[in-house]
Amino acid sequence: MLKKLVASIREYKKDSILSPIYIAFEVFLECVLPLVTASMINTLQSFSTETATVSSGIVAWINDLIMGWASGDVLLAIVLHGVFLIVFAMLSLSCGALAGRTAANAAAGFGKNLRHDLYYSVQDFSFANIDRFSSTSLVTRLTTDVTNVQNAYMMVIRGGIRAPMMFTFSIILSFQISRTISLITLGLMILLATFGFLLFRKVMPIFKKIFKKYDKLNQSVQENVRGMRVVKAYVREEFEKEKFSTASENLKNDFTYAEKIMAFLDPMMSSVTYIAMLCTVFVGSLIALGVMHPLGDSIRIGEISSLIQYGMQTLMSLMMLSMMFVMVTLALESGRRITEVIDEKSTIINPENPVREIEDGSVEFKNVSFKYSEKARREVLSDVNLTIKSGETVGILGSTGSSKSTLVQLIPRLYDVTAGEVYVGGRNVKEYDLETLRNAVSVVLQKNVLFSGTIKENLRWGNKEATDEEMKRACKLACADSFIESFPDGYDTYIEQGGANVSGGQKQRLCIARALLKKPKILILDDSTSAVDMKTDAVIRKAFAEEIPDTTKIIIAQRIASVRNADKIVVMDGGRIEAVGTHEELLKTDEIYQEVYRSQNKEDK
Amino acid sequence: MGPVKMKGKSMATNVKGTFSRLMKELFSRYKKQLILVACCLILSAIATSGASIYIINMTQALLATGRVIDEIVASLVIGVSIMACIYFIGILANYIRARTMAIVTQAFLNDIRIKMFKGMQNLPIKYFDSRNHGDIMSYYTNDIDAIRQLISQSLPAMFQSAIMIIVIFGVMIYYSVWLTLLVLACVIVMMVVSKKVGGNSAKYFIRQQQSIAKTEGYIEEMIHGQKVVKVFCHEKEAERKFDEVNEELFNDARSANTYANILMPILGNIGNIMYVLLAFVGSLIIVNEGINVGLMGVSRTAATLIPVVIGFLTMGRQFTMQVSQISQQINAVVMALAGAERIFALMDEKPEEDQGYVTLVHAKYDENGNLTESDERTRTWAWKHPHKADGTITYVPLKGDIEMHDVDFGYVPEKIVLHDVSLHATPGEKYAFVGATGAGKTTITNLINRFYDIADGKIRYDGININKIKKADLRRSLGMVLQDTNLFTGTVRENIRYGRLDATDEEVEEAAKIANAHDFITRLPEGYDTMLESDGANLSQGQRQLISIARAAVADAPVMILDEATSSIDTRTERLVQEGTDRLMKGRTVFVIAHRLSTIQNADTIMVLDHGRVIERGSHEQLIAQKGQYYRLYTGVFELE
Repeated sequence: MLKKLVASIREYKKDSILSPIYIAFEVFLECVLPLVTASMINTLQSFSTETATVSSGIVAWINDLIMGWASGDVLLAIVLHGVFLIVFAMLSLSCGALAGRTAANAAAGFGKNLRHDLYYSVQDFSFANIDRFSSTSLVTRLTTDVTNVQNAYMMVIRGGIRAPMMFTFSIILSFQISRTISLITLGLMILLATFGFLLFRKVMPIFKKIFKKYDKLNQSVQENVRGMRVVKAYVREEFEKEKFSTASENLKNDFTYAEKIMAFLDPMMSSVTYIAMLCTVFVGSLIALGVMHPLGDSIRIGEISSLIQYGMQTLMSLMMLSMMFVMVTLALESGRRITEVIDEKSTIINPENPVREIEDGSVEFKNVSFKYSEKARREVLSDVNLTIKSGETVGILGSTGSSKSTLVQLIPRLYDVTAGEVYVGGRNVKEYDLETLRNAVSVVLQKNVLFSGTIKENLRWGNKEATDEEMKRACKLACADSFIESFPDGYDTYIEQGGANVSGGQKQRLCIARALLKKPKILILDDSTSAVDMKTDAVIRKAFAEEIPDTTKIIIAQRIASVRNADKIVVMDGGRIEAVGTHEELLKTDEIYQEVYRSQNKEDK
Repeated sequence: MGPVKMKGKSMATNVKGTFSRLMKELFSRYKKQLILVACCLILSAIATSGASIYIINMTQALLATGRVIDEIVASLVIGVSIMACIYFIGILANYIRARTMAIVTQAFLNDIRIKMFKGMQNLPIKYFDSRNHGDIMSYYTNDIDAIRQLISQSLPAMFQSAIMIIVIFGVMIYYSVWLTLLVLACVIVMMVVSKKVGGNSAKYFIRQQQSIAKTEGYIEEMIHGQKVVKVFCHEKEAERKFDEVNEELFNDARSANTYANILMPILGNIGNIMYVLLAFVGSLIIVNEGINVGLMGVSRTAATLIPVVIGFLTMGRQFTMQVSQISQQINAVVMALAGAERIFALMDEKPEEDQGYVTLVHAKYDENGNLTESDERTRTWAWKHPHKADGTITYVPLKGDIEMHDVDFGYVPEKIVLHDVSLHATPGEKYAFVGATGAGKTTITNLINRFYDIADGKIRYDGININKIKKADLRRSLGMVLQDTNLFTGTVRENIRYGRLDATDEEVEEAAKIANAHDFITRLPEGYDTMLESDGANLSQGQRQLISIARAAVADAPVMILDEATSSIDTRTERLVQEGTDRLMKGRTVFVIAHRLSTIQNADTIMVLDHGRVIERGSHEQLIAQKGQYYRLYTGVFELE
């Protein structure tokens, strides 16, 4: 999984590597600084005690070096120390700034590439792939999950080097100063890490459970907000309050329990810090006083302060590591969800030597069966046989769930059949180039969408190079021209997201016009005129018959009026074709059709 | 441009008021605990700052004087023991603080949550209609979270830092005024720099938020329309435009984070430079013996000065650390207060008013044929109407007779959407509303169940002015199936039972049969015990509508309102449902709103509405014969949408 994620770093690899290098320099300088300050304190001390206690080790070495340059002048030595410190601080500052910039660049770039890769993968998805993930989940993966991974990545390139390096440098340098004290500190740190780890291991699962509960609670709030009318209509306010209070109370108890355990963390850390500090001071003073020299250590007062500082740094890097650990664990889940999408192979891919020419608009279903997924128990379509001649108008009727939409979506290969074959223009749809096929078979989906942009921009989805005249003609065919012209901005009217500023009937007509612009050989309308009034519906159908007689038209409808003039009407029931025939034939022979007809032309009371 | 969702919420408008209210809320409940926490914070602040300063000075003092080693060691032991005690108190205080705060925080959040939710349940529908649901949700998630952070982390941390600053400042000024001034100067530089760099960072973070909103808006729109993208082979264009917004987001994210990342090294190294300056100035003071002025008096010897200078090196660091700690928290505090302000605003919303006093009771007829109240569940209901004037109580049988007289109504006073609407629906009548979207059909039903109150006119229910009826009882007498089906997380059975909580399993199934839902429910993986999640996402729209009809059927109310209840159900199934409900509602009043005219053909009365006015009324046959608007709708000259 990580390997796949890393593959998205690409051109930001340089920054991803540079950043830790700068940080390494920064950390190095940060770790050297306490040595110089220790040496400076020792020098300060020389003001009063001319005969300073001898100290050995790295601090003494620095002190001697600088003292040498200053030829024994204490004030000059302090100035020299100051110069060193300022130079180091400046260097460290530049490294830090560079590291900050490169890290920001690398992380933002990585996020950009991940989003890009995900989005491009989704573009290759077939309908089956989209169904498998659901659009909502895809959106979450593209947004929240990418952000999580991006943040964790920044944390890792900044802290991934900083924390372990800081830890190592601090330990090494403090060993250089005093082995005794370093050993004590290190021991305490290990103790802290162990306890911390145990604490986390106890608390993490509890928190995970609690957060799930928390999500559920918020979900129920959301249901309430959305369903407030239902709550009020059934006078269930008290019932809901009770339910919520119980759940919230419950959550409180869980949270309190977990946080009480977490309350140990802070005192635990401070006790270790304080004990380390006291040991450093006590043992350090004893060594500095010359009372003892365990492990051959000998230090002066300045070293004590630098030891304290190293101790703090070790502790801080430990904390940083644990924070990183938590964040990366959380981000791993997001990473997994991202790679799932990247790994997903499109269920429908272009054939190797695709056919780029479609003879005519004839369609044939041969023993077609279909299931949405292999695991699904129920067949959505079973044993469908149907022949449609080029230029015919075919109506499809059937109750909700009779798989009318599924049937027509097999024609442009939006789904692949589970068994049997679908032919368009005499060839199996699997032989065609996908783009060729889908441009020749234009579907107006039931759940259709207009995108934010002008009407023209939306229409151009059908044909990028469409001229104004072509657009006008398509709109006239779809009976959309008149209302578009009535808008003050005409064809340049801005459509809001989801087509929120046009009525349902207008939206449907725009969608039909958009599909017509493809100049398809086969036009499929999936319940696309349900919100259009019957008269306009009739006008559109008439226009189709007259203006595009060669195009095969397949119309799914609820109203019998929409299909009664078709050459052929297919009645579907429970995934099977129940009957095929003309209006008159079906009215005589088919029970379902009769029933539907009666339900819509009910004169009796 | 897509909808810009601003995730970076606005700032609080009344910082002081909100803060003091929040504190009042907190202290009124947890006064004792909070005082304890404050004491603990003070203790641990003193322990941390005081001890680390003392520790340095102690070692200095130990080493500066030329005493006998044994004596020094002895005083060292005493010093370290004292320190250990102070630390121990600090740690103990720390633990008590963390534990108490955990309890207080969770209890307080729980209180707020419940108070908020209860308050919300009492709000009128108007509140929900006029607000974005996502915004209401974020009170429960983001804003509550911000408050949690505020009271459990930010405020205690700031309080502690403030105390430490005071302690350290006191100690510093006690020892040396000059060096204190130097430290203060450096702090000012730090604040200026962080304001500048931080300000830049904030500017880009706001831009980043906008870019995120834009990118996510684009992603949302395109992914939800992905199937259309596929149908039109529009992938390439979708990718190209995506790359544009993605690149923009990248640029803003990079700039924002660069500034944020740079801030820390800058502040840290200003601290380092201050360190050098302190050492240097300190040395000058030592060399010149005597220019030091402090509250402790004027000291002149190097022996007393050196510990001071060395102590300052530590104190200066701590001082700046605490200052930057506070400045880091301020942002979080202001954000949290903005959240608290929104939550308080929700709590302060005026609840739905109810001056009704007529209640709905179970009733039975006694031997004399008089209607009396009954404790048991009878299938007879009565309105219990107390008369204030003479203190008597009358019982009116619940029949479902609804009258509207010259009703005017507007969602906002300036815009009247219903004009002079009158109707009389008698028990057993099926009353249908027809009209274009926005004609006022749903509005009428909103007035009958008093989701909204009329501006002028009168509505009577069984002869009683509905303003006199308690809202809960009024609504209990109306079965509603609404335009948007809303199901709740729970089993199918629980969802149907929502209509009447004491319905038996048999009654639930009976209701499902009436709604023609029994069939498909039994085919679900676990039948009636199938869990429905997130508003019944695993069901089709039509199936959800059937369940919500079953829910109304189980409620078994004398009046039923069906608002586009069957819009997603095919005409055949709809007919079956209709037969079921017709049977159920025999002798009761039904209001129907439907898009498909075939659904309402058998209504006793059809009322045609146009822009809030009744333009035609009559049975299907009468209206057809009239050859008016209904006729034109029926023959398809007009569009309903």
